Amino acid sequence: MEHLNYRHTAQQRAPGSKRMALVGVVASGNLEVLVERVLPDRVCEVDIRTAAAGFGEIWRLVVADFVERRSPGGLKLSINDGGARPDMVSLRLAQAVRAIEGERL
Amino acid sequence: MNSVLVEGKDPDATWWSAHSWFGASARERVRGLLDADSFEEFIGPEHREMSPHLSLFDLPEQFDDGMIVGRGLLDNAPVLIAAQEGRFMGGAFGEVHGAKLTGLLRAARDIRSMPVLILFDTGGVRLQEANAGELAISEIMRAVIEARLAGVPVVGLVGGRAGCYGGGSLIAGCCSAVAVSEHGRISVSGPEVIETNRGVEEFDSKDRALVWRTMGGKHRRLIGGAEMFADDTVPSFRDAARRLIKRAPPMNVATLDAEQYRLGKRIERFGACADAVDVWRSMGATEPQAIPALAYEEFVALADRLEEPALDAR
Amino acid sequence: MTLDEILASLFPKGHEVVLDHGLLSGQGRLPGGAAVTVIGVDGRTAVGIDEAIRLSADVLDVVKRGRNDAILVLIDSDSQRMSRRDELLGLSEFLAHLAKCLIVADWAGSHTIGLLYGHTAAGAFIATAMATRTLTALPGADPAVMDLPSMSRVTKLPVEVLEEKAKSTPVFAPGLQNMAQTGAVAAVLDPTMSLAMQVEAILVKPAESADTRDRLGKERHGRPKAADIAARVYGLARGG
Repeated sequence: MEHLNYRHTAQQRAPGSKRMALVGVVASGNLEVLVERVLPDRVCEVDIRTAAAGFGEIWRLVVADFVERRSPGGLKLSINDGGARPDMVSLRLAQAVRAIEGERL
Repeated sequence: MNSVLVEGKDPDATWWSAHSWFGASARERVRGLLDADSFEEFIGPEHREMSPHLSLFDLPEQFDDGMIVGRGLLDNAPVLIAAQEGRFMGGAFGEVHGAKLTGLLRAARDIRSMPVLILFDTGGVRLQEANAGELAISEIMRAVIEARLAGVPVVGLVGGRAGCYGGGSLIAGCCSAVAVSEHGRISVSGPEVIETNRGVEEFDSKDRALVWRTMGGKHRRLIGGAEMFADDTVPSFRDAARRLIKRAPPMNVATLDAEQYRLGKRIERFGACADAVDVWRSMGATEPQAIPALAYEEFVALADRLEEPALDAR
Repeated sequence: MTLDEILASLFPKGHEVVLDHGLLSGQGRLPGGAAVTVIGVDGRTAVGIDEAIRLSADVLDVVKRGRNDAILVLIDSDSQRMSRRDELLGLSEFLAHLAKCLIVADWAGSHTIGLLYGHTAAGAFIATAMATRTLTALPGADPAVMDLPSMSRVTKLPVEVLEEKAKSTPVFAPGLQNMAQTGAVAAVLDPTMSLAMQVEAILVKPAESADTRDRLGKERHGRPKAADIAARVYGLARGG
């Protein structure tokens, strides 16, 4: 198992007052993201556990892109990865933020 | 929690009525089954109580170890609830996963006033933790019976991707009552295991129609393995749950005596049947081969007409 | 020990236990006077619907007699019977019913003691041995959830890899030692001493009404988390 951790500065705090949310399932090609509002407003952390070792660079890019687009300030996102592709990871990260922001479509 | 928002849909009644139980996650089923915003989870994912054994096999963990337990309201009455996530490790019983349900049932036994709903979605024991899983199942069975001896209805719901296999099927057999949908399967040995051990002549695991005739929801409803047949929707399972809670038989020697008689009669009547179609014909179905294709309402009507007597058993 | 030796050591003054089509049934009296009903499976017989229904009938008879006779479950079985017919007829209900009968019999006053002297596996294991209050075994017994070659097929890991991993944990591989360490087997009996004495000692101890296997598994370092997780959920459910 590989453990990756990325800490970023976010432009702004993720809106909303929900303390936490969970999206996804740990299944083949899928992942779960537990998002918790536990950090200072401008800090974001993504913590990843994955059985697919050696993809650190791709994770780093996906996470950096996500932080840039979403500004998830104050959020810690913890991932258990079941071997998801980068686009699925991006989707779940976005869903996690929407979930904790309390957005409904 | 909030995985329902993954679909981008607002969880109102219309959506739930169109939303398949089979396709829903364990969390979505729990939230859909209970009264709105009434669910309180015990040892939720934020506590990160995961399997201590999967890392030996380089397998990913899930924060809730694939088992959700908690308390909520069903029609304003408190219930305890447990739901398995069938897509994580096939919903299989591991040490932590099982222990959550064991603790819930022991509490139910001592609280006495809250029924328990178990949303099964399991392939059985998690092999990487086989001994712990087997023990968990055995402890859960004992806890189910102790809860029932204390007067607590324990109702099982079966309709997920993994079915209700192996030790899970034995726990279901201990419940006060079970509701099953078309998608549900209940069996001790799975189709592949029977085929591997006894050959394809004994059981062709690739013959889906055979699998469903032998272990599937419709057959279980007809032969008496399940008391109710639910449609593949959350509202249908909710309705089944509330009905089965109300009519749960007591657990006592008289019930066991009735069960002994019921099961013995079943062997007498159907023990020589080669296939489910023969069982259904024996039960009085005039077109048994048409049963698998019957739509929900027609099947429910047929099952109510043909059903084996309950005999105060279970 | 052979089955006859086991029965002779349990009932030195004689017994009425008979073996029929792989199933054991009958009464015996321990030297101290306690009446015991024996049920069981011998000869590595698979437990299907036909076996389960007979075993549960015997257990229910004990309860209905109302004398609180102890029930001794002797096991040398295969796994559950793997067949189309048994599943068609609802094997899960038959095995569950057997377990229910044993659990209720114990609750009603008949201490249930399992004595594993051979093999058992999977669903048969759960419905017989593990449905007793106190599970004992003789050295040489080999319980399993699933044999390693089958586990290898399902997990797609070579048997050698599984064997290697099994050296560092008792949590998945077959074997009496693992079942003892995880809490399934309470005690391994001494075949060189009177089995009757050892069973009487178990009967004389005040029966623990709680299922303490998870705590035993924790004490023996076989199941590090189960007892605590169950206790925590219990506390949270009762506390609200």
